[in-house]
Amino acid sequence: MYEDKVIKQLSVFVENKPGRLAAVTEILYREKINIRAFTIAEAGDFGIIRMVVDRTEDAYNSLKKAGFTVTLTRVLGVIVEDEPGGLYRIAKALGDQGINIEYVYAFTYGGDKALIILRVDDIEKAAEILESRGLLYDGST
Amino acid sequence: MFWDPRIERMPQKELEEYQERKLKALVHNVYNHSAFYRKRFKEAGINPWDFSGIKDLQKLPFTKKQDLRDNYPFGMFAVPISQIVRFHASSGTTGKPTVVGYTVNDIECWVESLCRGLVSCGVSREDVVQISYGYGLFTGGLGFHYAAERVGATVLPTSAGNTARQIELMKDLKTTVIACTPSYMLYLTEYASKAGVDLKEDTKLRLGIFGAEPWSEETRKRIEEKAGIDAYDVYGTSELSGPLFTECEEKCGVHVWGDHFLIEIIDPETGEQLGEGEKGELVVTTLSKEALPLIRWRTGDITVMEGEKCACGRTHPRIMKILGRSDDMIIVRGVNVFPSQIEHVLMQIPEVGEHYMIILDREENGLDVMTVQVELSENAEVDKVSDLLELEKRIANSLKSVLNVTAKVEVVNPGTLQRFEGKAKRVIDRRKI
Repeated sequence: MYEDKVIKQLSVFVENKPGRLAAVTEILYREKINIRAFTIAEAGDFGIIRMVVDRTEDAYNSLKKAGFTVTLTRVLGVIVEDEPGGLYRIAKALGDQGINIEYVYAFTYGGDKALIILRVDDIEKAAEILESRGLLYDGST
Repeated sequence: MFWDPRIERMPQKELEEYQERKLKALVHNVYNHSAFYRKRFKEAGINPWDFSGIKDLQKLPFTKKQDLRDNYPFGMFAVPISQIVRFHASSGTTGKPTVVGYTVNDIECWVESLCRGLVSCGVSREDVVQISYGYGLFTGGLGFHYAAERVGATVLPTSAGNTARQIELMKDLKTTVIACTPSYMLYLTEYASKAGVDLKEDTKLRLGIFGAEPWSEETRKRIEEKAGIDAYDVYGTSELSGPLFTECEEKCGVHVWGDHFLIEIIDPETGEQLGEGEKGELVVTTLSKEALPLIRWRTGDITVMEGEKCACGRTHPRIMKILGRSDDMIIVRGVNVFPSQIEHVLMQIPEVGEHYMIILDREENGLDVMTVQVELSENAEVDKVSDLLELEKRIANSLKSVLNVTAKVEVVNPGTLQRFEGKAKRVIDRRKI
């Protein structure tokens, strides 16, 4: 029902070695793909790059072709005002409804807003709650 | 199908009597014609006239790789060089190279043995056999070449390497059978898929014969699934001639031709003979070889012997998959570990690929640390860190339960570990001992 508002995030497995991040970003640069949101989860000898890009399919295919292990993950994007309490309101709304946030990353966006990317255990229900508050970002910009 | 049905299905009692006669003749022959064995027998107090046959086999001394090295190049030959029609030399991966000579009859015996094998796994004159084993001093290429030609198949002697060309020729010349190392077959399959070639759809390949290094049942399954072929094991060592014995279509052990070779399984530590079904080192006595006869040759290969007649009707003894080499064996914190055991564990885990490396380090406190690197499969789920940590832990737990020693597991990017075109060398030992 909220499928058009679900964002496909790319998750890429990389060893924790010099040059690996350069290898991934070089592929995107060559394909003229723009990164909207980006984070690395680090775990000892490896890490996972998570990112939202403008042309997801192209990015997925070119990374696969280069031999990377890539997964497309359904996440939600939320836009809030860049002010105190922005993330709190979302976390509380979801927590109150028993939805678990598996990970989240955020950054400021357009000067006065923040884009928050969330992976939750029940994406349908979370989308409904966030949509009812008019917070859901549809990835269109 | 049989190549030599009378011999291959010879009743076991008859085969044993035949071996008795040939063994007695061999003992006299080496005593009279090989200075090396005469000296050895004298030292061991063996008089050929008192030797009563197979039940006395245990009294004969072993022959080891070091003997060939010490007597390099011709010291162990039992015929003059003028009777030798070919030399091969071993790769020397584990030491100084060794040289093997062949008389006309030795080549004949080698080719006939492998012809029986090729036919037993279904190769016929209708086949195009691509031989991707190295040609030259290594016995793999020429061994397969002569046998496949004699069977009447069409031989495509590509030799090893140049994978792009191998795949192109495989498609264009409609190869149906490939012979190479199992690690090269995995590499070739991966290379083909990257180049957009599906071996199942785009080639006529139906059968592969793989050897020259130990490989597991799980590797067989992977090769069979990915390439859409039947994969058979082949066994032989350069000292015994080269590739000699294969599995039959039952895929239930390699048939060792008893009319030419007499096998035992021994405990590699004590040298004591072990029974059927017991795991130990394969020891081979050559019953027909003229140029370089070998008495109780220690192959260094660890396997299990099966004497029961095979479902295919062949009566000769079988050896099961080679579990490793007694000299490949690595000792980690005092525990014996065979790389093949690690391969066995990894192949059962779908999230990882088939390439791996084993790295041994010694910490300052003197404790050994074994690290197993394995490539993540391209299709694994990689979004959650916890899933990957759990995967590493699951692999480590499986390794621990099989090996009885802890291994650190590192999952790495696909395609980043070393690929091998010949014999794989997967162990890097950085310990300073």
